[in-house]
Amino acid sequence: MSEMNTATHVPVLQVSDLDIEIRGVNGAFAVVSDMSFSVRAGETLCIVGESGCGKSMTALSLLRLLPEAATIAGGKVLIDGQDFLAMNQRQVEDFRGEKIAMIFQEPLSALNPVLRIGEQIAESVRQHRKCNRREADARAVDVLRLVQMPDPERRAAQFPHELSGGMRQRAMIALALACDPKIIIADEPTTALDVTIQAQILGLISDLQKRLGTAQILITHDLGVVSEVADRVIVMYAGRKVEEASIYDLFDRPFHPYTIGLMGAVPGAGASSEAGDRLADIPGTVPPLWNLPKGCAFAPRCANASARCLEERPPFEEKRPGHWAACWEHDDAA
Amino acid sequence: MQPDRTPLLSVENLEVHFPIRSGVFQRQVGAVKAVDGVSFSLQRGETLSLVGESGCGKSTTGLALMGLVKPTGGRVQFDGQEIRGFNRAALKSYRRRMQIVFQDPFSSLNPRQRVKDIIRAPLDIHKVGTPAERETRVAELMERVGLRPDQADNFAHQFSGGQRQRIGIARALALNPDVIVCDEPVSALDVSVQAQILNLLSDLQRDLGVSYLSISHDLGVVEFISHRVAVMYLGKIVEIAPKTRIFAEPGHPYTELLMRSAPSRDPRKRHSFSATNDDIPSATKKPSGCPFHTRCPLVTAVCKTTEPALTAREGGQMVACHNR
Repeated sequence: MSEMNTATHVPVLQVSDLDIEIRGVNGAFAVVSDMSFSVRAGETLCIVGESGCGKSMTALSLLRLLPEAATIAGGKVLIDGQDFLAMNQRQVEDFRGEKIAMIFQEPLSALNPVLRIGEQIAESVRQHRKCNRREADARAVDVLRLVQMPDPERRAAQFPHELSGGMRQRAMIALALACDPKIIIADEPTTALDVTIQAQILGLISDLQKRLGTAQILITHDLGVVSEVADRVIVMYAGRKVEEASIYDLFDRPFHPYTIGLMGAVPGAGASSEAGDRLADIPGTVPPLWNLPKGCAFAPRCANASARCLEERPPFEEKRPGHWAACWEHDDAA
Repeated sequence: MQPDRTPLLSVENLEVHFPIRSGVFQRQVGAVKAVDGVSFSLQRGETLSLVGESGCGKSTTGLALMGLVKPTGGRVQFDGQEIRGFNRAALKSYRRRMQIVFQDPFSSLNPRQRVKDIIRAPLDIHKVGTPAERETRVAELMERVGLRPDQADNFAHQFSGGQRQRIGIARALALNPDVIVCDEPVSALDVSVQAQILNLLSDLQRDLGVSYLSISHDLGVVEFISHRVAVMYLGKIVEIAPKTRIFAEPGHPYTELLMRSAPSRDPRKRHSFSATNDDIPSATKKPSGCPFHTRCPLVTAVCKTTEPALTAREGGQMVACHNR
């Protein structure tokens, strides 16, 4: 019991000062800089941002699955207290699935098309557990039942293409859960799904977390998904954290002008818009990562930018209790 | 001025059936009824949104109206004239007044053409003006959609997704069309850029009086852009109503399900979504009777055998449901 209690206080995942670089034709440039965060058991952390902000790179680095051109240039990742980045390939493979597992956006490309669903899950079980084929197959059916797959015995014998999009994502989640990992990373798990199916999968993710107490990191661009599932939120822009807060603090009083801009840009958020109304868009586009402005990366698009913002990058600091942001603005300018 | 009440575009019983062929002789063994008897009208300066999930036929409806897939049945009237047979001649003059903006700004622009040539293409095809006039028109259009005319010699790949969508919109505007079919024009874009494009579409409508037939799966976008909304499910319109009405009082159980499924914008009002698997039936194996009966909480015996027709309710709402 005492073990259980400490487990809820000690973070299962702790990332500090993570830097990721991509080597391009014109030299290396940073895609993720100074990322630090931690997640506790039973907690859901959402990392939100637009294309190219570094959210998916961060997720992939946590499984050491970065594409070849990308490397971890610095920082530390502690999983269950152990230094994940210092491990050799064998130790990494032992950790994946057993401690940390991933749910990908496109189940059709993440699942093996020529292996039956049950076999894919059993394969992972047998890699991490001492058990025979029969036990592994039984475990596969159990986790399919856990993710509320209809008719799990029959589905276990089917191939990914025989399942609907929603069922494939359930199979993907079952695969991630097969070895009871402590941390699940889900990269846009519902983006490829229709809205009624997305609702079922979000419902499932919340249900499972309540029952299993897994730590979750959910990567998304959709503030609606964030609002449904997050306990804590990190907003990223151009490879850096710009804001971090509890879900309520963030939605009640967003601090960073980018976060405020994102929330205003979502259509339909207002009570009922009249045709002809305008959305509060953010002018301009995200700067290319190989050519970031000198000061705050958001300054060229920010309505409140001052001369200082263009010259110096603001530190990531606590603006209100438990509410952090990287912005030269103070107090409640928001 | 009295508004003109005759609809600009009127669609009656539009059908697009794709044959399913099988066997050595490729005999037709069935049909995918992608669009199965769809009727609606569109007024001048109005935005009608077709909403629904994958496979409901919303995009096929848009493509059929553009003549990009051939309808297998139904009548389409544009400005009082029937478009007969959707053959080349009938389409040419009609397409001058009806244009389309596609979803994917990456695949819908020719990567080997310069932006000025992409935008000028409709003017060339329809032989509008002299070459010099076309040049001026291109510059004017680029400015109109928020692009710098000095970028006219660039290629599409030199632009960001949002800018490419602006190029697509400029191309659609080139002939001053009366109707633009917008097939998910912002769903490939990031939120901050999406808002820019939605604002642009809304400005263009205000200034030019163009009508939009907007095709979307995103209820937020639909709520922002539409005057009226038609909800589609498995090839049919199940509800059509003014926007304010449909969002306040959805009539069809499927419209309700759609709205209930949209994530909340307020973390204090989270849905408790059911995790139970509930799939959309495949378009090749459509349920009998009402297509929604397999998922409907209000289902009764009649729903399984008889298909409900769209019938008028209060406030300009039409609903196809036996129990509502």
